[in-house]
Amino acid sequence: MNIVTRAALALLLLGPLSAAVANESALRLKDGPEAVTVRANCSICHSVDYIQMNAPFMKRAGWDAEVKKMMKVMGAPVPEAEAARIVDYLTRNYGVE
Amino acid sequence: MATRRTILQTAVGGLALAGSGFLGNLARAGLPPGTIESGTLETLPGKQPLLKRSFRPPNYETPVSYFEDVITPNDRFFVRWHLMQIPEIEPAEWRLSVGGDAAGREYVLTLDDLRRDFEPVEVVAVCQCSGNRRGLSDPHVPGVEWGYGAMGNARWKGARLKDILARAGLKKEAIEIAFDGADRPPLDATPDFQKSIPVWKALDDNTLVAYEMNGAPLPHLNGFPARVIVPGWTATYWMKKVISIRALAQPLQNFWMNTAYRIPKGKFPLIDRFASQESDTSTPITEMVVNSLITNVTEGQRFGAGTPIVVKGLAWDGGYGIRRVDVSVDEGRTWEGADLGVDLGRFSFRPWQFTFKPRSKGALSVMARASNVQGASQTFELIFNGPGYHNNVVQKVGIEIV
Repeated sequence: MNIVTRAALALLLLGPLSAAVANESALRLKDGPEAVTVRANCSICHSVDYIQMNAPFMKRAGWDAEVKKMMKVMGAPVPEAEAARIVDYLTRNYGVE
Repeated sequence: MATRRTILQTAVGGLALAGSGFLGNLARAGLPPGTIESGTLETLPGKQPLLKRSFRPPNYETPVSYFEDVITPNDRFFVRWHLMQIPEIEPAEWRLSVGGDAAGREYVLTLDDLRRDFEPVEVVAVCQCSGNRRGLSDPHVPGVEWGYGAMGNARWKGARLKDILARAGLKKEAIEIAFDGADRPPLDATPDFQKSIPVWKALDDNTLVAYEMNGAPLPHLNGFPARVIVPGWTATYWMKKVISIRALAQPLQNFWMNTAYRIPKGKFPLIDRFASQESDTSTPITEMVVNSLITNVTEGQRFGAGTPIVVKGLAWDGGYGIRRVDVSVDEGRTWEGADLGVDLGRFSFRPWQFTFKPRSKGALSVMARASNVQGASQTFELIFNGPGYHNNVVQKVGIEIV
């Protein structure tokens, strides 16, 4: 197999995969000053559709428990100050007050 | 003299509420709005379009319309992962290590060894996520908000786990068999996904390490090259891309056993126990509850008056066997037995169908309720639990006769 064929094959194999990656990067969080903070912290381990999917039915306490679980159980390195802002953002945009 | 109705009510024993009007108020809980909005159809490599719940880790469910056959094709089978790093494994590179502190010795298997050294056996079995239908919980609970399609039924071929364990030799103090897969968390601090089952379940003839699914290698996202098959039990124990099997003298301690995948004790009519992992108040989830799915009639569908309507579906349970499926088209006042289809064994989906001719035009609803040989059946009201497991509420699909 020459290098051109292999490159074409690699592209072909990557096609659907890169499509999936492209679809994830197309996910849009609701506008807000903390949207960037949320994406930066949460996207380390999972796509942000986890947030969209779990909405809107959680109260502040529910989102607070989720963020604490990610930090204390799943080991997410979220700075404490940012955690409070993330809970605010999630409650306001993806929760019920 | 018994009327037709009393006969029917007796036939579905325990249906004391029939005719009381209660069933007319049966909740039609739906998915959260955000789940519907973000649940797009997406095509993963080697798969038909599936309903995306999350891109990463990949969680995709099978659309209900795909369940037209008793066997779920590999390219339609749901996908569920906890951790985002899922290596593509070269068959020649894969190794399965077998051992543990309650095993006589340690050894390693290649894929060729696994296929060649043990008697190949086949079982048709339902693989259903513990949280299937979580998204229909009322009130909603956090998690992957599955609808009806986090399940599938396949013919699995592989080696018996008990034969693999026999080569290592189990010590008498062995109480659990633990599995690890090749998937890894993105951070060192994240608990790796490892699970265990009690020794008695591991030694069951039907518990396998499978290397074929419906006559083909397992798809990458369904666990290539080998996964554990625990017929009757929910999919949390069916370790994908299994690379380690360990016999333990002590209960496995980790987040995935001690905190996640647990149900309150005494709330569900289950038989299988996982004694070494039970606490005072909770127990690990074990076998699936009796359940059914209407596969060919959708909410709001219109049918012409005067023509027979054929309702089709699937029924399954925790491996005891489906005894009957009853269908009601009059708000639960009367129930009639559906015809059961091909029997591929007690761990398989059991297809069923029911034909009726609507008497008049207007709205009506179709309900189906499966019962198993143990006498257990589906509930009319959700047995609520925080993690949203074991949702087997009777479906109610509203249709219109025009």
